[in-house]
Amino acid sequence: MALEIVSEKCSGCGLCIKACPFGALSLEMRDKVGKPHEKFKRIVMVDVSCNLCGACVPVCKFDAMKLDKGEPQKAAVTLSDYKNVWVYAEQRDGVIQDVSFELMSKGRELANQRGCELVAVLLGHNMKEKAQTLIEHGADKVLLVDHPALAQFDSDAYTDVFSELTRKHKPEMVIVGGTSVGRTFIPRVAIRVKTGLTADCTGLDIDEKEKLLLQTRPAFGGNIMATIICPNHRPQMATVRHKVFKKGKPDASRKGAVIEEVFDIKSGRSKVVEVVKEMQNEINVAEADIIVSGGRGLGGPEKFELIRELAKELGAAVGASRGAVDAGWISSFHQVGQTGKTVCPKLYIACGISGAIQHQVGMSSSGTIVAINKDPNAPIFDIADYGIVGDLNEVVPAFTKALREG
Amino acid sequence: MHVVVCIKQVPGTTKVAINPETNTLIRDGVEAIINPFDENALEAALALKDKTPGTKVTVVCMGPPQAENALREATARGADNVVLLCDRAFAGSDTWATSYALAQGIKALEKVDIIYCGKQAIDGDTAQVGPGVAEFLGWPVITYVRKLDVEGDTVKIERVFEDGFEKIEAPLPVVVTVVKEMNVPRMASLKGRMRAKKEQIKMLTAESAKADPNEVGLKGSPTRVVKIFTPPKKTSGQKWDGIGDPIHAAKTLVGKLKEQKLV
Repeated sequence: MALEIVSEKCSGCGLCIKACPFGALSLEMRDKVGKPHEKFKRIVMVDVSCNLCGACVPVCKFDAMKLDKGEPQKAAVTLSDYKNVWVYAEQRDGVIQDVSFELMSKGRELANQRGCELVAVLLGHNMKEKAQTLIEHGADKVLLVDHPALAQFDSDAYTDVFSELTRKHKPEMVIVGGTSVGRTFIPRVAIRVKTGLTADCTGLDIDEKEKLLLQTRPAFGGNIMATIICPNHRPQMATVRHKVFKKGKPDASRKGAVIEEVFDIKSGRSKVVEVVKEMQNEINVAEADIIVSGGRGLGGPEKFELIRELAKELGAAVGASRGAVDAGWISSFHQVGQTGKTVCPKLYIACGISGAIQHQVGMSSSGTIVAINKDPNAPIFDIADYGIVGDLNEVVPAFTKALREG
Repeated sequence: MHVVVCIKQVPGTTKVAINPETNTLIRDGVEAIINPFDENALEAALALKDKTPGTKVTVVCMGPPQAENALREATARGADNVVLLCDRAFAGSDTWATSYALAQGIKALEKVDIIYCGKQAIDGDTAQVGPGVAEFLGWPVITYVRKLDVEGDTVKIERVFEDGFEKIEAPLPVVVTVVKEMNVPRMASLKGRMRAKKEQIKMLTAESAKADPNEVGLKGSPTRVVKIFTPPKKTSGQKWDGIGDPIHAAKTLVGKLKEQKLV
């Protein structure tokens, strides 16, 4: 199992190095690495960051890259034992999160394609009534574990219960919201049941021939997309962020079963002693339909007032670029981008944000993008549907005023 | 106390350009750096050492021989020991196999009290390896940590979530993944740089870390990358001049948004 560089064929042209998304290839002098050759001075070497993805093979004009994926691997489990699509229905303070409903509509599609059941898995306390809403959103079954120890997120207890459920019922696929809860316990479940987990998928499809879940996700800050499969282990697990899929309309006439599972649950080793909500009266950017964001171009913290006024007029959440957060003008809960939140609102209005790739990664999948910036060459304009080149001190208040005047 | 920091070496920018003719990535001149969130993890460990004399900081990295540079940087900033998990057998590791290899590497060290990781790496963005290492070790994990204090055998932590934070107490040993608000990473001192030059980097192979050959690298990885492609580029839209007449530009924009029923 390796990528082999055929020494007598490699001309040292370096084309493959440019094609490698993992930076695993480098050019070396042949005599230094003990591969002398009369015709070529240099040779490409592979290091351990090679992921055997094969991106380099077709680029080589000298047929010098040989990818040996080894013996076809055997399935680690009896694949046919695994059935149904699971969606983890995340609740916080007893409220099922929107991201879970979004996943239900995608899960329904996948279940239909596979001709199997869609099962929602709900962990919490006194959640029986809420389980019904999951059926209205497409579940054939709801697996409910109702226990006081599960009322609030407990990483150990959630990992224990979800792993046990997975071992017992053997789902074919498990989809989980890429929230701070999902991203904490589901990687542990994947390790424990020994299967693959693909983070932050933006596309989920079924490969018609192999019946595998095709999990597409951005890497390198969204500059490249990778499609990932989990061929020999089950379940096939993926996390998906907010707003990637659309929430469907509930259908009150749908029928389904709520099945209670009883566990002897041990509380986790870590204890939450206090919960502090810092954004009580504000709209969370990750869930907002409209976001007005401010960046360094604002010039100071007081200018966020302009952003807040416009946001208020639109019923929008207030977002910010990393620059504005790092400058201390606004709390990091508002930050959109690679190191902040990934958002996908219907309308995103970027004010005084140049649009560095790290920011774009977090918002480029928004429905409509509006950019207001004084620099006509700011990269944000490359992805904006509508742009105004101008001083945001003038444009933003004029925008608010135009909305007020209807 | 003995604390471990897991670091990853990543490309210094995610701005990998695409050659439009060959549709391949151009990565020329991109230097490798310590993953920024791992710098916060390292800083947290070093700050603990400053506060609690007798604390030893070991930095562990899995990567190619060049990742040595990241470890020397960690030494320069104040790490006591550095370990590089480096073996061809690790090639093609996904998050499952990476977590396993790191956990094996950490098991090969003397007793550890706290493991610090960054919340995620900026190249893969999975955030899965920290919790994964904890699971392999059978330790509790607290993610998105912005504050940590050690009191006896427990840690008092502030964990950030979507709209606030939680105060958490956990017993040692524990794995934490940290956010960038936690601290501002220090620069290396001149003395540190001198020491880093001479530092002996401890190398661990799959064998010396007592890793099962079937559980590392591509062989131990449940996932496979089957396709890599560049996302379709969005074309730029309409632009208006707001310098000469901001009010007219704003009105035009509002008109457009109304047409689209967006406002």
